[in-house]
Amino acid sequence: MSAVLTHPPAPPAQESPGLWTLAWRRLRQDTVGMVSLAVVAFFLAMMLASFTGLIAKDWARERGVSYANPSFLAGNENLEAKAMAGKQAAKAPPVDLSDIDPLAPRYKEWEERAAKIAVTETKRAETLPFGGDKWGRDVILKTIKGSEVSIFVGLSGALLAVVIGTFLGAMAGYWGGKVNDVLEWFYNVFTSIPYILLILAFAAVAQATGKFGKGILSIVLILSLTGWTGIYRLIRAEYIKHSNREYVKAAQAIGATNLSRMFHHILPNVSHVSLVQLSQYTVGFIKAEVILSFLGFGVPVDQVSWGTMLAEAQNELVIGKWWQLFAAGASMAVLVTAFSLLTDSLRDALDPKLK
Amino acid sequence: MSNILEIRDLRIAFRLDRKSEPFEAVKGISFDIPTNSTVALVGESGSGKSVSAMSILGLLPDNAIIPAASTIRYGGRDLLKTTMRDLQSIRGKDISVIFQEPMTSLNPVFTVGEQIAEVLRLHMGMSPRAAAARTVELLTEVGIPNPALRVNSYPHEMSGGQQQRVMIAMAIACEPKLLIADEPTTALDVTIQKQILDLIAKLQASHHMSVLFITHDLGVVGDIADTVVVMQSGEIREQGPVKEIFEDPQHPYTKALLACRPRLDRRPVRLPVIDDFMRGDGHPHHLEERKRGTSPSDPVILEVKGLNKVFSLKEGLFGKRLVPAVKDVSFSLPKGKTLGLVGESGSGKTTVGLTLMRLHDATSGEVLFEGKDLLRLSEREMMAYRRRIQIIFQNPYASLNPRMTVGQILVEPMKIHSIGKDERDRVDMAFQLLKRVGLSEQSFYKYPHEFSGGQRQRIAIARCLTMKPDVLICDESVSALDVSVQAQVLNLLQDLQDEYGLSYIFISHDLAVVKYISDRVMVMSEGALVEMADSDEIYRHPREEYTRKLLSSIPKGYELAPQPS
Repeated sequence: MSAVLTHPPAPPAQESPGLWTLAWRRLRQDTVGMVSLAVVAFFLAMMLASFTGLIAKDWARERGVSYANPSFLAGNENLEAKAMAGKQAAKAPPVDLSDIDPLAPRYKEWEERAAKIAVTETKRAETLPFGGDKWGRDVILKTIKGSEVSIFVGLSGALLAVVIGTFLGAMAGYWGGKVNDVLEWFYNVFTSIPYILLILAFAAVAQATGKFGKGILSIVLILSLTGWTGIYRLIRAEYIKHSNREYVKAAQAIGATNLSRMFHHILPNVSHVSLVQLSQYTVGFIKAEVILSFLGFGVPVDQVSWGTMLAEAQNELVIGKWWQLFAAGASMAVLVTAFSLLTDSLRDALDPKLK
Repeated sequence: MSNILEIRDLRIAFRLDRKSEPFEAVKGISFDIPTNSTVALVGESGSGKSVSAMSILGLLPDNAIIPAASTIRYGGRDLLKTTMRDLQSIRGKDISVIFQEPMTSLNPVFTVGEQIAEVLRLHMGMSPRAAAARTVELLTEVGIPNPALRVNSYPHEMSGGQQQRVMIAMAIACEPKLLIADEPTTALDVTIQKQILDLIAKLQASHHMSVLFITHDLGVVGDIADTVVVMQSGEIREQGPVKEIFEDPQHPYTKALLACRPRLDRRPVRLPVIDDFMRGDGHPHHLEERKRGTSPSDPVILEVKGLNKVFSLKEGLFGKRLVPAVKDVSFSLPKGKTLGLVGESGSGKTTVGLTLMRLHDATSGEVLFEGKDLLRLSEREMMAYRRRIQIIFQNPYASLNPRMTVGQILVEPMKIHSIGKDERDRVDMAFQLLKRVGLSEQSFYKYPHEFSGGQRQRIAIARCLTMKPDVLICDESVSALDVSVQAQVLNLLQDLQDEYGLSYIFISHDLAVVKYISDRVMVMSEGALVEMADSDEIYRHPREEYTRKLLSSIPKGYELAPQPS
């Protein structure tokens, strides 16, 4: 057969809709899906903006009085701020110790010198838009900054867990036999340990040896190394089902290698499972980071995450300061709900009943 | 004769999405089902026949729209306007349905006895005891051997034919006045099909019920139908008594349906297809007889000696059971000829095909391809031969990867075997092959799900051709297709053989198709070779009892038809 056609005909003006295009079209018709997609996109944009320093750069500045009231509750009495102010007021006048103090003669000189240095007392705001924390930091900015860690941990942890789970599941499901036996055994050992205990064990090892790196990275690793089991099981089942399908046999007949059959042929057909799992894991890991931070295995003290905010909130709630809890809790709830709804819509959109 | 069901101006449309116009599946059809008779509704996939039948029982999906002018009168009321509650009391009791796939219609976790008894208790109000007794009677009636014992079987313990019998027992349990059979034999072997058809005909007479029999194969209704309704794209093309339809069809479409099925007594060079009758001068061409057969002097391309394949099944905790699937099969395939491989399900014919390709490992035996034993080659050495023996699978819906475009599907094998100079060259070849198998150039950019069954089978054929194979194994490659589409694909396969000198191993349970396409036929039963001879010889003078049984079960209906000339 010699080349009669010198130029293959150009692709049609309207490209035939691929499965992803079709999925996107279906998703666009789904109002709930689109709204949740918008919410998730908003959170991601917020996180990126905060990461690049566009917003919430100076979240750590103490701009309000301690536990500043939210603007809409301006009239409320703030006992903590008063107590703090009272403490400062109580400092002067100091008790006169000049009789026994050997340095007393120099006080005057020092005071004069100190007076020369201009000290501008920052004017602390009585109220902040959504209140302040113990140090008078703006809760809104803190929440935005916190999203950075929480969402990053959730997304990258889930991504890593899904990659590990998909790879091992593909191996076990495709090869079966001994490979499957070994991986199943490994899986059983992993799942027989209570989940929180497993996480804590990993966390303890990670912190003691420092081998997993420090801070956020270690949380990501801890969560993904303990969390891959669920997706492993699902992908393994899919691979067992698909590796006997005729299209895979057909690929073998044309001489495709095992690797090509596993990842080029089967993987795209089971990727919807991985994708849906990815979003569910993201939700789960955002929550898990909260738990870890709450237990003290989470992010370092100089950083903030929704988890650390919630951990602080337990003391604040007793004295009636609910806004930090509310800000972190509500953002998490909104994001998690949107993500779950998006997951549902994604599953509907991505799992078309192929004719 | 009074009518049990009268369908008038039935229109059904489906709302696909919010923007586009509803898709009209049925465009105003009217027909009657007389009491105590069998009406066959015949048409290709997508002709609207199943949809029409399902609308009788209100089993349509939610997006179906039926205008108020359409009526289905049954016993003095309009079934399209009755409430869901009333319909439920009619379903299963007055009108019952048998579906195509018995395997998926039966609940796998209940015994067949429990499932039949449930129907009896629900609709007939029988006591559990009476229901159990009646269940055994019903199973006896539908011809399940040893029914008292088999009531306790689970569906998976039965063969496809037996499962379909159980479905029929369930459908007639409440003495329905109308039985709707939706392609009840399409998924079954020829021999089983014959038995099920006989059973339905027998039950129809003994229970004095009416049957609405839906099928794509005009051939099978010849024996059992009283009236035939031929549908095409949502409209009725022709209806009348079975004798008239077969002996004096009026509409070209009916003529085409009758002609496109391969016949045992003739073998035209090209099979007539629908387009021959609907377009051009309205007559098929190239109907002259084609010579078939082999001679001992033909050069042999593939020789199989003493092929054995044993599967070991796990039994119990540690036990193993050896199941021989292929027993000592030997044959040779002459170059440029077609070897037909016939047998019922489970006869091992597919296993033979897969073993030749090394998609299964053979237990013992030799497969000599140009004198080289394929079974002894290493995986690396095999690569060179892999290209030269190719296979086309049965189900075109399953054998193409749904996530790859047709272009990717065609280019991939060329890449693997380094055929063609570069990507551009391969793409060019893919376009030529698409054209060769009769698909448009635009197909290159489409995904398999955008094609019909026959078109997908063409894609599968094109994929094999990319590797320029010498031997093509067709594993039930046309069995899942409508008769009309089957004729087109058979013609294509024949053309390719004439053009490239391909050798085929054609595996099928359909003897008429095998007779048409094969030079030599090999009959298999329970893994062993029963008989092998030139195809005309085996059909004229079958030596073995098993072969005669297979031959006698071919539906005879179409043989009444006039010969197309």
